[in-house]
Amino acid sequence: MASTDELLYTEEHNLVRKMAYDFTRNEVMPIIAEHDRKHTFPFELLPKMAQLGFLGICLPARYGGAGMDFLSLGIVSEALEYGDSSVRETVAVHLALHALPIFQWGTEEQKETFLPGLASGDHIACFGLTEPGAGSDVASLQSRAVRQGEEYVLTGEKMWITLADVADRFLVFAKTQPGQGARGISAFILERGWQGLTTGTLEGKMGVRASNTGWINMQDVRVPACHRLGEEGEGFKIAMSCLDNARFGVAAGSVGIIRACIDESVKYALQRRTFGKPIAEHQLVQQMIAHMQQDLDIGELLVWKAGTLKNQGVRNSRETSMAKWFCTEAARRAADNAVQVHGAYGYSDEYNVERHLRNTKSAVIYEGTSQIHTLMQAAYTLGMREDRPLRCPMPAYDPDTWQ
Amino acid sequence: MNVAVLIKQTPDTAELPKVTVAEAESGELQATMVINPWDEFAVEEAIDLSDRFGCETVAISLGREGEIDALKHALAMGVDSAVHVDEAVIDGGDEWATAGALAAAVKKVGDGEEVEIVLAGKMSVDGNSGVIYAGVACKLGWDLLVNVTRIVDIVDGKLIAEQAFEGGQETVEVPLPVVISVAKEINEPRYPSFMGIRKASRATIPSLGRDDLEIDSSCTTRWTDLNKPEPEDVQVRIFEGANVEEKAAQLADALMAEKVI
Repeated sequence: MASTDELLYTEEHNLVRKMAYDFTRNEVMPIIAEHDRKHTFPFELLPKMAQLGFLGICLPARYGGAGMDFLSLGIVSEALEYGDSSVRETVAVHLALHALPIFQWGTEEQKETFLPGLASGDHIACFGLTEPGAGSDVASLQSRAVRQGEEYVLTGEKMWITLADVADRFLVFAKTQPGQGARGISAFILERGWQGLTTGTLEGKMGVRASNTGWINMQDVRVPACHRLGEEGEGFKIAMSCLDNARFGVAAGSVGIIRACIDESVKYALQRRTFGKPIAEHQLVQQMIAHMQQDLDIGELLVWKAGTLKNQGVRNSRETSMAKWFCTEAARRAADNAVQVHGAYGYSDEYNVERHLRNTKSAVIYEGTSQIHTLMQAAYTLGMREDRPLRCPMPAYDPDTWQ
Repeated sequence: MNVAVLIKQTPDTAELPKVTVAEAESGELQATMVINPWDEFAVEEAIDLSDRFGCETVAISLGREGEIDALKHALAMGVDSAVHVDEAVIDGGDEWATAGALAAAVKKVGDGEEVEIVLAGKMSVDGNSGVIYAGVACKLGWDLLVNVTRIVDIVDGKLIAEQAFEGGQETVEVPLPVVISVAKEINEPRYPSFMGIRKASRATIPSLGRDDLEIDSSCTTRWTDLNKPEPEDVQVRIFEGANVEEKAAQLADALMAEKVI
């Protein structure tokens, strides 16, 4: 019987899959549990991921990228999160929430200026949208940007920002027209070292402890007008298109978690014996493993569908939202079941599954909570939501011009 | 000067225990097939020699029809070309026949510019014979270096290498051509690059059959029986003690009682 890999992916994709999973097994998994335990960021992985091209995997070669397609981004995301959510998050934030928006919305000059350094990993980037009082309700953000000649002056605070204390490039959103709600938001590219820009790390997270999560504070930061991404007032659309990119990586990564939970649970269930037989022979254990496999099969297809639409340059907000919503909830269920299969051992950090369970709780919150995605899907189905064409749609993947 | 690297497609080591006797007998393995991990060191060394001395590199693998995943992996890592040898040419033969087919393939791919170095991993994770490269050297009539940990230089038609042996290491010099088996200490295999992956996925790999190779497929050994060892029953014993010294003393006593030390 042909596997999903053989049915839906090309030989090129399958070579990428082997390479990315080899990287995760050899480089990520031996070190990540200790980083999670100590709440430290695995800086040693950044140059390795950069050298392999992960940080610019789906950027065209002319901007320093690897020139691969969006399905390859999904495959690498899946493989990295098989090891740990934090490592996949680094690629998602750096690439999907910073570099890809510049590729989609930036001027040619901005692409040539910013993208090569991001693709090479010379610069590490993050995305500053969420604020202490504005998460899902993006339109209520309080950060301000006031134009003064050829500069903007930015003031405000961003919260729950992945890589805040690691990055040296920041894509932040602030209101240029405060009275106009979502239409008054603009996007800006900031650089570490600019006066008035400070960052810090947030402590005490339940999961993704090997990732850096923090805050960005802007006190009268002067930003050249050429660092504005898109037109004034286009920030909300840019932010939402960023989420289309990042949610895809989150969905694909969640498939990696489900796969990891299955692999570990199957191995444990075949070894662990109770009542004179392996627990894999107990029907209620089988039920949990069957549900994990069911979720894996569905999740793989949703990710493939969203990635294929991205490759074709077709607007995919609904499909990507569906993939993110389903896969993150499925990963949480899988991790919960995996801990249950492992029993008391699963509750200890001797096994990876408790880490996956803690990590999956964050994924049903960030990049749109499950509740937001539920409402979005209902609105699409009821005809209450429609995606209008963007001024700058994400280009379709073209191997001839991207490589 | 060309370099040929011999590689084998083997089951993923994590899946080796799942391979059944029936699968091994029929050759129809259900496991995920990958490049033999030992051979990755040989591929890396071939690419390194190419970088250092400007030689062309070719990967050669004997396998069933269409078994080219390991060759694609070698191409993705960076070897210049790949050649498949159809396993049918040895007609179910043994290691000696396999060595003959690979030696014939080495001669065949060297039709243009001669191959002067053949690299191989020290063994395969499935067959574990560790004799194929020796057979290849014998069939070719070339010198053989085993367990090489470093290729120091190639000067005036001679190759200088360090090889490890039990209890030490020596530096040796051999005239080319030579067959070399590499130890894992020789390098750290690279991951395939995206550019290499693109090249590999588009490559058409030629397959050599009986009509292409001059070989004697006669073999001297055949499997008469195949068994899977029973899993060992491992007992775990935890030593209790007031301190490390006390626990270590108990451990030492137990190891001596078991005649381990």
